[in-house]
Amino acid sequence: MMAANDIAAGDPVTAPQGALAASLKGASVRFGAFTAIDRLDLDIEAGSFYTILGPSGCGKSTMLRLVSDLIPAASGEVSVLGKTTEAARLAREFAFVFQDAALLPWRSALKNVELPLEIGRKRGVDIPIGRRSPRELLELVGLKGREEALPHELSGGMRQRVAIARALVCQPKLLLMDEPFGALDEMTRDRLNLQLLDIWRETGTTILFVTHSISEAVFLGQKVVMLQANPGRLREVVGIDLPEPRTTKLRDTQQFTHYCGYLRDLLETC
Amino acid sequence: MAIAENIPAPDPEAEARAEARRRKLMAGAVPLATAAGLIALWQVGVKAFGVPTYIAPAPSDVAATLIDKFPLLMQNFWPTLFESIAGFAVGNIAAILIAIAFVHSRNVERAFFPIAVFINTIPILAIAPILVLIFGPGLTAKVVIAALICFFPTLVNMVRGLQSISPQALELARILSASKSEVFWKMRLPSSLPFLFSALKISATTSVIGAIVGEWVGADKGLGALIIDATFNFNSPLLYATVFMSSGLSVLMFALVSLAERRIVRW
Repeated sequence: MMAANDIAAGDPVTAPQGALAASLKGASVRFGAFTAIDRLDLDIEAGSFYTILGPSGCGKSTMLRLVSDLIPAASGEVSVLGKTTEAARLAREFAFVFQDAALLPWRSALKNVELPLEIGRKRGVDIPIGRRSPRELLELVGLKGREEALPHELSGGMRQRVAIARALVCQPKLLLMDEPFGALDEMTRDRLNLQLLDIWRETGTTILFVTHSISEAVFLGQKVVMLQANPGRLREVVGIDLPEPRTTKLRDTQQFTHYCGYLRDLLETC
Repeated sequence: MAIAENIPAPDPEAEARAEARRRKLMAGAVPLATAAGLIALWQVGVKAFGVPTYIAPAPSDVAATLIDKFPLLMQNFWPTLFESIAGFAVGNIAAILIAIAFVHSRNVERAFFPIAVFINTIPILAIAPILVLIFGPGLTAKVVIAALICFFPTLVNMVRGLQSISPQALELARILSASKSEVFWKMRLPSSLPFLFSALKISATTSVIGAIVGEWVGADKGLGALIIDATFNFNSPLLYATVFMSSGLSVLMFALVSLAERRIVRW
């Protein structure tokens, strides 16, 4: 067991200290007259695990979609690894894991993981190929032997793990996760949380993880980004100073419950 | 309980399998027995009430005709089979291509969908003579009629199928910077297949109806022509035998499409 070290910012796995994986400067998103995100300033340090919490309608998902170039900013600036979001998207700098795994039901688990490598290949797009092959990634997420299974033959948790393997295939520097375990039962969710932490430590990628669950946010995040609703604004970034590597036992410690309590109170005022 | 001791311990899995087999057998046996019962009732009824053969032939007469006239029936079976398959292919390919155009351009859909609906509302029996006038009494008219009857269900289903891709899959495509053609070939087209096959199963049987209707209007060969011929000659056993062959043709087409579906749509 590692003693409580004082990692306050940026896990130093690969990223140089202080480098930014993403940066939002006064970024706003509007849908017609509705302001989903209002002048959001946020720097995402490279290599860190950020969890994003907030009440419904605070723009958590919208923020991920803004960073991933799925929706444009109405005003302000968003950059990913020093590039525009579009340039980062074209260079496959980031990957996205959706709430429902969004697997293609006619493709086997392996074929789903291979999809990002197929898209653009015939057009001569320079696809970044990760260190690990799709087969190795399936092994990494614990699905060795299920390569040929179709999505409907897999459980919800397994499907989500296939989606994570697919997201890792181009070795993204930034992993955006939109409530990926929201639809799973608690036991599966806890197991996948641990697995995700392993993957994060091993790959050194930056993770932005949206969740509804306070305890999930505290357990996973080095930083919890709290957003408030109407309009979506940044409320507070809470550093979570808990011993690494995190284990299930951590959930019973006083520190952990202290963070959860603090965030619960904060959430009520959002 | 000396006997019971000799029986090997029951294997619950084998028992469950045997139970499943029994249930499957029953599921097949019940409708078959019902059909056999109804045919027997028909046979007894026709004979008991002395119904003349030209009004309603007994199943035994129909069966005898099926055997005696088998070469004649087959001779007329092949043209209808060919017309059905050709019509099926033409109608469905046209529907698929037009559905693709509709999905790619809302304007094309706005322009042509009302026309497609209008054509679909004309009874096939009303439009068949028009098509025979246009295309003549040969094969073409029958293929066109069969194609027309296949067209609409496939168009509607295919449009829905191409639009059935989930919004998240489209977001995934965007994040991977997929081109329009990649989205089409790798996502939209495969996700439309279950919808396409439900339509193909409908048109597998309706294409046969189209071909037969086309033959009624003007043909000297084919099952439709044989139906008209047998009716006018009061040859009821031949008429019934021909109807039986026609329905057999529909079943054959349906079975082929179902088989293809099971092979292709595995999800």
